[in-house]
Amino acid sequence: MEVRVQNIRKEFGRFPALNDVSLDIRSGELIALLGPSGSGKTTLLRLIAGLESPTEGTVFFGDEDASRKTVQQRNIGFVFQHYALFRHMTVLDNVSFGLTIRPADRRPSNAEIRRRAGELLDLVQLSGLEKRYPAQLSGGQRQRVALARAMAVEPNVLLLDEPFGALDAQVRKELRRWLREIHDRTGHTTVFVTHDQDEALELADRVVVMSKGKIEQIGTPDEIYDTPNSPFVFGFIGQSNMLPVRIENGQLLMGDQPVGVSAPGEADGAAHLYFRPHDIELLDGEGSISGTVVVTRRVAGTRHVELDIGATGTKVEIELPPEKFTSDRARIAFRPTRWKLFRT
Amino acid sequence: MAHEAVSNTGSGNTELVRVATSESRLARYGLIGLALGFVALFLVLPLAAVFTEAMRNGPGEFLTVLSDPETFAAIRLTLLVAGIAVPLNLVFGIAAAWAIAKFEFRGKAFLTTLIDLPFSVSPVISGLVFVLLFGSHSLAGPFLQSHGIQILFAVPGIVLATVFVTFPFVARELIPLMQEQGTSDEEAALSLGASGWQTFWYVTLPNIKWGLLYGVLLCNARAMGEFGAVSVVSGHIRGLTNTMPLQVEILYNEYNFVAAFAVATLLALLALVTLVLKSLLEMKYSEQIAASRRH
Repeated sequence: MEVRVQNIRKEFGRFPALNDVSLDIRSGELIALLGPSGSGKTTLLRLIAGLESPTEGTVFFGDEDASRKTVQQRNIGFVFQHYALFRHMTVLDNVSFGLTIRPADRRPSNAEIRRRAGELLDLVQLSGLEKRYPAQLSGGQRQRVALARAMAVEPNVLLLDEPFGALDAQVRKELRRWLREIHDRTGHTTVFVTHDQDEALELADRVVVMSKGKIEQIGTPDEIYDTPNSPFVFGFIGQSNMLPVRIENGQLLMGDQPVGVSAPGEADGAAHLYFRPHDIELLDGEGSISGTVVVTRRVAGTRHVELDIGATGTKVEIELPPEKFTSDRARIAFRPTRWKLFRT
Repeated sequence: MAHEAVSNTGSGNTELVRVATSESRLARYGLIGLALGFVALFLVLPLAAVFTEAMRNGPGEFLTVLSDPETFAAIRLTLLVAGIAVPLNLVFGIAAAWAIAKFEFRGKAFLTTLIDLPFSVSPVISGLVFVLLFGSHSLAGPFLQSHGIQILFAVPGIVLATVFVTFPFVARELIPLMQEQGTSDEEAALSLGASGWQTFWYVTLPNIKWGLLYGVLLCNARAMGEFGAVSVVSGHIRGLTNTMPLQVEILYNEYNFVAAFAVATLLALLALVTLVLKSLLEMKYSEQIAASRRH
């Protein structure tokens, strides 16, 4: 089901957690809410769920205004950061809970409930563990029980709060891929919150980058990475360098040195130049950014070189193929090949 | 655990490595001995004295004394009072703990302090409060009396005083437990479509059941054993408003030692049963707490 959030504002006391946030989520989409802690991403998720109510604004489920509906009426599936499994119930009872507590007229027969719970446990690859208690499961297994439990009620939308936050790196990666598979198979509209950009970029159809209670950018992982639309997004996603520059007649200058980048049509004035460490080319000589090598590090297939570029004492980091860098090089000159200017 | 890596029993110089937190043998046995001696002197000895004193003239006499109508009435009254006070405090305790642990509201700290009040106030004062409220010189007392309702020197007064004194037990036990568990289990249940009652019944209550049982046990022990507050409001009417602790005092003052100690034995037994149950629960409970932490 499609979910629309319109001009949502949420205050806790006097502190605004969300400020005029609007978001359209298409049916069947897998969306990531990405941001540093305190950016309001979890609040937005809980507002969609109905666990919080907005100070202002509306949440639509399809064409229906869901804002005044209780969390029970919204029929959502929510997976909590620490799973919130019912510790006194078996895995099977946890998964069937949402169906067994329904009033008699909407409750499937016991056999049907058991069949559906069994099917879901099959889907999350936990068949055989029906009789276990949550305390007897590993973190990854609990996570999957929580997901099966949320899906059992056939929710309009599946909401996951930091679904992999409490797991170790290896399990995280596996579960990430597996969640994508489940999503492709079941087609639930899914929103998940994360502070891990790799997770968001790898998993989501679209990423919503949030900061300080506002949405900074919405886009596909490619758009977010390749064309960040604000200094925050540029700095938050991936690695980036920032240099203070001046624009004169369409040429970028750092101090009095040309940077080797032209921006025809840009008005004169001060700006910040952003570029990624790998979006550069090495040059010899003038008309480029040059600096002395401070330190180099080999990270997997690339060499990271930290340069001190003189005048302002600014440091930049660039990434080179290892064969392009020999240890006797003390100075390096380069220019950015992909970059973006933000006016100051 | 404090284990010595190398024993120092041989020649004094072999003590190479010792775990930092371990003490010398002498200090350890000294401390253990002191603790055991203290327990024996102040706890075991008096308790043993109660039992021997009660059995002085044999078990036959013991039973005869207990079947005395006034003593029997006292036992019945104690059971009745506990039977009313404990369920009331069970409900109040859960409600108070729920409110404090799961909601944010103004005056929460004040309410928490207020719940502790019966613990900090002398039981005699707790009794006097009700004399002031319902006595013949109060506002409510004469009014209620003119409508045929007797509070003081009757069962209602005893129940009220007992409820007051035992109020904190259940709430105190549940508040930290519920605070630690947080609200996400309840939120999970609600998000799955459960109503408020279903959430309480199927999720909250099972999560707190061991703590609750423990609180109820303590509450019950105190309700049956309360002397001070009940003594003030009861009026000591034989066979009518005497609870077991009051009956013990009366019998003792009449030099009827066997009877006094026989009733005391019952109270002591209650304490022992409570302790045993409490220990059993704590064993079970600690596993559950540990499980809930792992969770």
